[in-house]
Amino acid sequence: MRRKSLKYALFMQGGVLLLLFLLQFFLPAYHHSSFSKIMILASYAIGYNFLLGYTGLMSLGHAMFFASGMYSAGLSIFYFGFTPLEGMIFGTLFTLTVSLIFGLFALRTKAVSFLIVTLMFGQTFYLAILYYNEFTYGQDGFSLTDYLGTLSILGKEYLYSDPAIRYNFALILLASYLLITTLIVLSPVGRILIAIRENEPRTQLLGYNVFSYKLFALTFSGTLAGISGAMHALLYSYIGTTFAEIHHSISPLLWTLLGGAGTIIGPLLGTGIMFYLIDFISGITSNYLLVVGVVLVLTIIWFPLGIMGTIRQKWLKWLP
Amino acid sequence: MNKKEEEKVDQQSELNLSRRTVLSTGAALAGAGIIGSQLIDPAAKTAYAAGSDEPIRIGFQAHRTGIGALYGRWYERTTNAAAKYINSIGGIAGRPIEIITEDDGTDPKRGADVVEKLATKHKVDFVYGTLFSHVVMGSAPRAGELKIPYFVVSEGYHVASGALNRYVFQPCITDVRSQITAVANWIFSNLGKNVALIYPDYAFGYDHRDYASAAAAKSGAKITAKIAIPPTASSFTRYFIQIPKNTDVIYHVMVGPGVLTFVREMGEHFGSVDVFEHYGSKHLKLFGFIDSLEGVNINSPGLEFLDGSHFWEAMPRYADGYPTAAEKFYRDTVGIDDSGASKSDSKDVAAYSHMFGCWETLFAIKEAVEQSGYKSKKDYQTLIETFEGFSGFNEGIAHPQGSKVFSGKTHQCYGQQFVSQVKNGKFNVVHRTSIADGMYEPETDYTKKSL
Repeated sequence: MRRKSLKYALFMQGGVLLLLFLLQFFLPAYHHSSFSKIMILASYAIGYNFLLGYTGLMSLGHAMFFASGMYSAGLSIFYFGFTPLEGMIFGTLFTLTVSLIFGLFALRTKAVSFLIVTLMFGQTFYLAILYYNEFTYGQDGFSLTDYLGTLSILGKEYLYSDPAIRYNFALILLASYLLITTLIVLSPVGRILIAIRENEPRTQLLGYNVFSYKLFALTFSGTLAGISGAMHALLYSYIGTTFAEIHHSISPLLWTLLGGAGTIIGPLLGTGIMFYLIDFISGITSNYLLVVGVVLVLTIIWFPLGIMGTIRQKWLKWLP
Repeated sequence: MNKKEEEKVDQQSELNLSRRTVLSTGAALAGAGIIGSQLIDPAAKTAYAAGSDEPIRIGFQAHRTGIGALYGRWYERTTNAAAKYINSIGGIAGRPIEIITEDDGTDPKRGADVVEKLATKHKVDFVYGTLFSHVVMGSAPRAGELKIPYFVVSEGYHVASGALNRYVFQPCITDVRSQITAVANWIFSNLGKNVALIYPDYAFGYDHRDYASAAAAKSGAKITAKIAIPPTASSFTRYFIQIPKNTDVIYHVMVGPGVLTFVREMGEHFGSVDVFEHYGSKHLKLFGFIDSLEGVNINSPGLEFLDGSHFWEAMPRYADGYPTAAEKFYRDTVGIDDSGASKSDSKDVAAYSHMFGCWETLFAIKEAVEQSGYKSKKDYQTLIETFEGFSGFNEGIAHPQGSKVFSGKTHQCYGQQFVSQVKNGKFNVVHRTSIADGMYEPETDYTKKSL
């Protein structure tokens, strides 16, 4: 069953990625850019879903990981003259460390307590950015436009903000996340994580070190969020506290719930739908967040498993 | 601006004419400035007829929701009034002006998306109208990447600091550094030399902290405390108790939904007998930036203690504060009564010290388009270079707040400021600075950056 799931999942995800690759040649400029943004944000949501959907840990502090990747990459480029690649590597390692240390503390709590601790750590991180404003530029943030230089590909120089670069980097990030999370979810480690989600005491009783597996899930999820943040910094040249605010922690939760928690492709779908829903409704009314909220509540009521979760329940049992 | 022109502006500033008189005495206003003269020139109608029907599309990045919603509402109202008026007098270079509005939620993330949407989906000629500085910081890189001129009405020092790019202009509202530089000496000379600063704990507040401190050091005044209030704060008394005993003046500025609570709690705290005695039975003087009270009726319950205190205003809220013909025309056209509230709802108080920037910026765009011969996006370079060549804008209908000196190097203007005192339930102007009072040496040169 697992091998069949992997085969079907890779086939389906390959099809989605191929479609996304081809779309860049046909999409109008605005939608081309929107798809790039959606793919970056969806990558963030895929990392979030790994923790929520497969391990059963709900976090309200994931913006801390996204922002720590973004700030560590951005500040290292801004102050220390790192190249974008060095900034990415530094951002990844920094977020990995932050996630690991955070996990060692936060995983001493469970359920609602865990939720509150993640929220508090997230807010502390946000306020720390404001507090050290002389270094981080506080709420205004800063731009990397003059610090990134160009990217050389086959002898041609490209800006990181070049639409084609942005689109394909976002696509590569998304493809990597889809592939690696699928492989982990369908591996023995993934089965243990799902077992923890379904019944943590029983998993412990079976002899598994639940704390270690949860720590792995949290560190992995946080690191994916941090890499998304670092990539966002490079491709969009702006670093600001808006990416560390509570809203940015709630967003991946909503995208995941809408698309389907515990499904690999769900966060991508949820992110895309929410992005265009806000985009469309904000053109009609300034109360767009209210409308989006109502739509979300209704969706959760009718599709408690999210869109892809419902599809899996009814039709595609093999969907990972 | 030469001496003769300054005299004309001063004469015009002292006029107090009805709207009908303004329109019928075009020659008097024509002397007030380039824009003013174009607006009332009968040839403008001819130009409209000779122009293209293809509108100049201006994308308005509005704060309809979020922390900046109060300002956003008034920015939108002013923008629509200005666009309607510009169209009534012939549009821009004979082309009608069309405003396309998108809400950015006062959020830098969404701000960048809105710039993108306006530029690539709505295909506007320019993006304009952003106020909150963090939204400008988040949006400006995208405007630079898209190579679309981006005119902000923000007050932040971010444009003049050189942190942004050559496509970003702030031509018609002065920045915080300039405002503080202009009024600081007046505070130290008239209210006291020992000043405690209270400001929001983010960049807008840091500009106040840094430039007020710099001005104090230059004038021999002393900053007794620098108290930053986090944007999440909803209770403020614990910050007021940090003000040391040797303070003469409290310099306060606050923005956001908590402003009314902030001001009321300040009144309750310093109005108590214990606190009065704590400070040696002396009343501390208050100097505030009007940001703390934009959109708030000064006669609201709980604000009585502000009587006698002073505020900075960019443009006097009450009509008798700066009674020029151009100001009256602007006030009437936007629909503001003599007390700074909406004519249709006296409880709806305007963000009067900021929204003029929208009106004036649209006229600045008009001037740049007409002088550069801008026709389409391929003319951006010429338009930007023309704008960078401007040395200022003369007072008139197009610039009712007052004349501006414009620096092509920093893409930032300088203008006059006002100090008002609260007396008898209204703001009364007690001091008007010169433009020179707020000028500082440029720290960047955008003209050397590539396009």
